[in-house]
Amino acid sequence: MLGNALRILLRMVLTFFVIVTLVFFATRLSGSPLDFVIGEGMSVEDRAIMIRYYELDRPIWDQYLAFLGAFLDGQFGLSFIERRPVAEMVAERLWPSAQLLISATFATLLVAIPLGIVAAVWRKSWVGSAVMALAFLGYAVPNFVLAVFLVLFFAFWLNWLPVVGNGTPAHFIMPTLTLAAAMIAAIMRFTRNAMLDVLGQDYMRTARAKGLPESAVILKHGLRNAGITILSVVGLQVAALAASGSVVVESIFAWPGIGDLLVTSAIRRDYPVLQFAVLTVALAVIVINAVVDLAYAWADPRLRHSGGR
Amino acid sequence: MTTVPTLAPTWLHGLWSEAHWVQKTALILGLALAVAAVLAPAIAPFEPNAQSLISRLRPPLGFDRSSPGHLLGTDELGRDLLARCLYGLRLTLTLAVLGATLGLVIGGVMGVLAGVAGGRTDAVITAAVDTQIAVPFTLVALFMLSVFGTSMMVMVLVLGFAGWEQYARILRGEVKRLMQLPFIEAARAAGASPWRIARVHVLPNVVSPVVVQFTLSLSNIILLESTLSFLGLGVQPPTATLGAMVGVGRDYMPTAPWIVLAPALLILAVTFSVQILGDWLRDRADVRLRVR
Repeated sequence: MLGNALRILLRMVLTFFVIVTLVFFATRLSGSPLDFVIGEGMSVEDRAIMIRYYELDRPIWDQYLAFLGAFLDGQFGLSFIERRPVAEMVAERLWPSAQLLISATFATLLVAIPLGIVAAVWRKSWVGSAVMALAFLGYAVPNFVLAVFLVLFFAFWLNWLPVVGNGTPAHFIMPTLTLAAAMIAAIMRFTRNAMLDVLGQDYMRTARAKGLPESAVILKHGLRNAGITILSVVGLQVAALAASGSVVVESIFAWPGIGDLLVTSAIRRDYPVLQFAVLTVALAVIVINAVVDLAYAWADPRLRHSGGR
Repeated sequence: MTTVPTLAPTWLHGLWSEAHWVQKTALILGLALAVAAVLAPAIAPFEPNAQSLISRLRPPLGFDRSSPGHLLGTDELGRDLLARCLYGLRLTLTLAVLGATLGLVIGGVMGVLAGVAGGRTDAVITAAVDTQIAVPFTLVALFMLSVFGTSMMVMVLVLGFAGWEQYARILRGEVKRLMQLPFIEAARAAGASPWRIARVHVLPNVVSPVVVQFTLSLSNIILLESTLSFLGLGVQPPTATLGAMVGVGRDYMPTAPWIVLAPALLILAVTFSVQILGDWLRDRADVRLRVR
């Protein structure tokens, strides 16, 4: 168990290190950082002074080590445009993003797992097909197209829901729906498959044979066993889908979260902000993945007992 | 050898007759969209970027104030929406096919290399694949487009990197499996070089999973490209892909919803047909494996 945890932790650190390195070299590959800071209209002498000031004349490996050093010291730089520490700008975006993510995850679990079970249990009737068609719909509709349809319908046609910002509970409805749609589709499909695997097992027949009601058989014996596999996918899918989904959703609904910050800084080429925001989200995804891995190992008795020795 | 030409049509015929009506619809829709994209310059009623400020924001034919000749209406600069949709579709599909092909080439080389060479090469490539899977690619794409600029070439590169790890993963597994089989061992014993083994003995055996993966990744890439263009990080105006048209059109949603609806519905049609075709192919390939 401990060895397993250590391995997961090590991989986490390694992945993050690779990402930090790639980010550094990508920014340097694209040209001198000075071009972004200062812009045009600078004399050759001034430029030379700036290059010496920022120590850009040193070998790239020295610069890379300095970059890593500053990173470990917690100095992440200032925004080109707002002239504020990037850590502060990203920090104030964390909570709105987390709020949206939590509400979307709840919506997903609430809808996807029951529907996935329904699709597995009634897989041969029209109910199962209808649920699977719904899952396909959620998968094939790009989230920005869904958002556009929702906005046209609920905001402009019916005039029911607000579009921009995160002021009231009503503001949560459309962003949550949009963010949850793809996750619901993915988890629903997966719950169905995991349940189908479990439904054919011998212990299910045994549970029925000893006279348990069908609901107890499916929920207690079926879902509990399928739950472990579902858990692992929920974690992985939620992290990946939420990261890319929230970029789109927050940008459409002007939600003051990290996704919105990522898009605006990418368009305005505010590299320090973009760099730090990318690293923050990447770190969040890696940590969530590691936590899911650990939880998976802990939740599965076979892994829990065999992992240690 | 003479059996091949007669075999292919029956196989195709069997495929068609056992298809669900949804799959048939998807196939016809997909073909129609592809033909429309190829023929866009010939069938578009107007130049896609020709502006006409007198007939701005005209609704599609059949609505009040619609302007004759503009079947789907016009956008905020008086450009014909049908023409722009056709050209947008053309560019969207071109970028997607180029991106998916590039991904196939990168991933194919990496996967086969990892499978055939093994050892340290395999370890490095596997680590790269794992890293790519661990990081949401939309972030990487945002970062790359912002740093390297939003030219057509950068876009294709970004889209190519979006899917390579899937090919690499699949091919590595397939190659590893094949390398255990007796006929490869025989070739190795006969003194064939690794390159020859990869080319002559391995490649023909991995075509089917690669074709399936190509279709599946095509729809992912279309989604990614549309999303990036929608956010304003795609090919720059006045050239537009479907995603970019939706992105610009959303500013006019209250007054001129058709500007955003036409490309949005077209994107839906594209992703639907490609997704259904991809799932269909994958199911077919699975059945084959099970029968074998």
